Amino acid sequence: MLLEVKDLNVYYGAIHALQGISFDVKEGEIVSLIGANGAGKSTTLRALSGLIRPRSGSISFKGENITLAPAEKIVKMGMSHVPEGRKIFAPLTVRENLEMGAYIINDRSEINRMTERVFRSFPRLKERINQLGGTLSGGEQQMLATGRGLMNKPTLILLDEPSMGLSPIMVEEIFRIIKEINAEGTSILLVEQNAQMALSISHRAYVLETGRITLAGSAKEIANNPQVKEAYLGI
Amino acid sequence: MQTISQKQKSIHIVTPNSFLAWIGKFLLILIALFALFVLAKNLIAKPTLFAQNVLDGLKLGFVYALIALGYTMVYGIVKLINFAHGDVFMVGAFVSFFAVEFLGLHVWPIAVFPDINPLLANVLGTITIILLSMVICVLLAITIERVAYKPLRDAPRIAALITAIGVSFFLEYFGLLEFVFSARFIPYKRPFEEMTWYIKDGIHQVEAGVTTPPGSITFSNIFVVIVIATVLAQLFLQYLVRRTKIGIAMRATSFDKPTARLMGINVDQVISFTFGIGAAFAALGGVLFAIAYPSIKTLMGVYPGLKAFVAAVLGGIGSIPGAFVGALIMGQAEILTSAYVSTPMRDAIAFSILIIVLLIRPTGIFGEPEKEKA
Repeated sequence: MLLEVKDLNVYYGAIHALQGISFDVKEGEIVSLIGANGAGKSTTLRALSGLIRPRSGSISFKGENITLAPAEKIVKMGMSHVPEGRKIFAPLTVRENLEMGAYIINDRSEINRMTERVFRSFPRLKERINQLGGTLSGGEQQMLATGRGLMNKPTLILLDEPSMGLSPIMVEEIFRIIKEINAEGTSILLVEQNAQMALSISHRAYVLETGRITLAGSAKEIANNPQVKEAYLGI
Repeated sequence: MQTISQKQKSIHIVTPNSFLAWIGKFLLILIALFALFVLAKNLIAKPTLFAQNVLDGLKLGFVYALIALGYTMVYGIVKLINFAHGDVFMVGAFVSFFAVEFLGLHVWPIAVFPDINPLLANVLGTITIILLSMVICVLLAITIERVAYKPLRDAPRIAALITAIGVSFFLEYFGLLEFVFSARFIPYKRPFEEMTWYIKDGIHQVEAGVTTPPGSITFSNIFVVIVIATVLAQLFLQYLVRRTKIGIAMRATSFDKPTARLMGINVDQVISFTFGIGAAFAALGGVLFAIAYPSIKTLMGVYPGLKAFVAAVLGGIGSIPGAFVGALIMGQAEILTSAYVSTPMRDAIAFSILIIVLLIRPTGIFGEPEKEKA
């Protein structure tokens, strides 16, 4: 088991944002968390990557308990988090953004190799290499955020709403690349409001509703569930 | 787009409109024209004296630049005006005083290599003194950050600001104690002898007891040292921030701390590092200031600290080139005011600049409007 979450409880002040959720991600999988706005999807990812402290429960990654580990340490263990809203470093150039993605890597040639790898998936970034992150279009920023998340050679990458605000063509493109990343051996935990897209590339999925997991299963089962169809797929 | 238009609207409301603003601007233009007139008159009447004043203003401005860099960098990364910064500058001057007066650290090159070139010996000795001041000030600043500011990192900004004022008072009044630095003026022994030259039909060395011919411009080796040290420091800082991994991490951290952590950046270390760099520059400034104006006292950091703060605001707080340019302007404003208006007016002018900047362009010369984050 690559990632195992057990009975996780997170509070924002008095608000009980995650109410004892449990799930897991196995090596090589794409797992989706789907759910409406405010269901706790982003909160889950933030708790995993150490940006917020859970009140109780446990998170184990590669067999090690990381529930209260600092974010820096979790990155070094091989979990990369591409946050919601892309969070590009706007005053830094594309190249500098990518270098920050590889912050934990000290080997220069390794960084160059990863940069080339990212450019192969996102040739557009190469054209914009010396441009400031803040001047990129939404789609380009998403490419940069995803590329930056790949720079530290993660074993597990957490993607938060990679399709948000993108044109349909861009969405197709991003999802094609997510599949490609997965095919190269990186496991993916995907949070999406675009449930249809997410389920189409996932192996398994969990449905999150107001801080609780209400449904779990293979992506196919979830996609065929009548309630999911009605609530998230708009069919 | 929506947020931008909302912001513009809110700015529109705060701007005091029409008549008052118009009068204010008119008065400012009048003052500016008057100042230009006075300067131009003196430039034409006595060009060499004017050049001399500009040179003296540069000397002061360069030292302010070293202090202002610390304000602007720390503000850039933790959004805190570190009011204790001027006192770190003072500690830098005192460390060098003790090193020269009691340890005689500046003469080690001659002691170790008796037949060393005297210029090289002076350079090495002075660098040693500066490095020692830097190390002590870096340790002091990092300790201050860890003890006083770090626990307040998530508190409202005003809490950290008040704490900074408290730390400043603590350093000042602790230093004023009789067994620490005392309240007296202390004559400062320079690590090297002052040498002066005058420019008139070429460059000549000023002999002791001989007055320089009228219409000449004088400058000293101290001026040269200050210019070289400050320019090197500025270049080093630009290189650090633009080209090195820790420098890029500083900019990333300054922009967005949570995302910086997601990259694996240890934000606490980056913040300590920033305080350390600022303190090292303040120490350099403190030593150079004491060498240039060789009489030190515990409260010597208060005014240079505040003026460097004004310089940082004038240049656009958070901007490194801004701090440099702002400091040069402040140095000129102060020296030219002393020369052509009156000496007591120079502090008034310095702080009027702060008020004018805050009224007309709060973001300073190089500053960008601060983005609001949720």
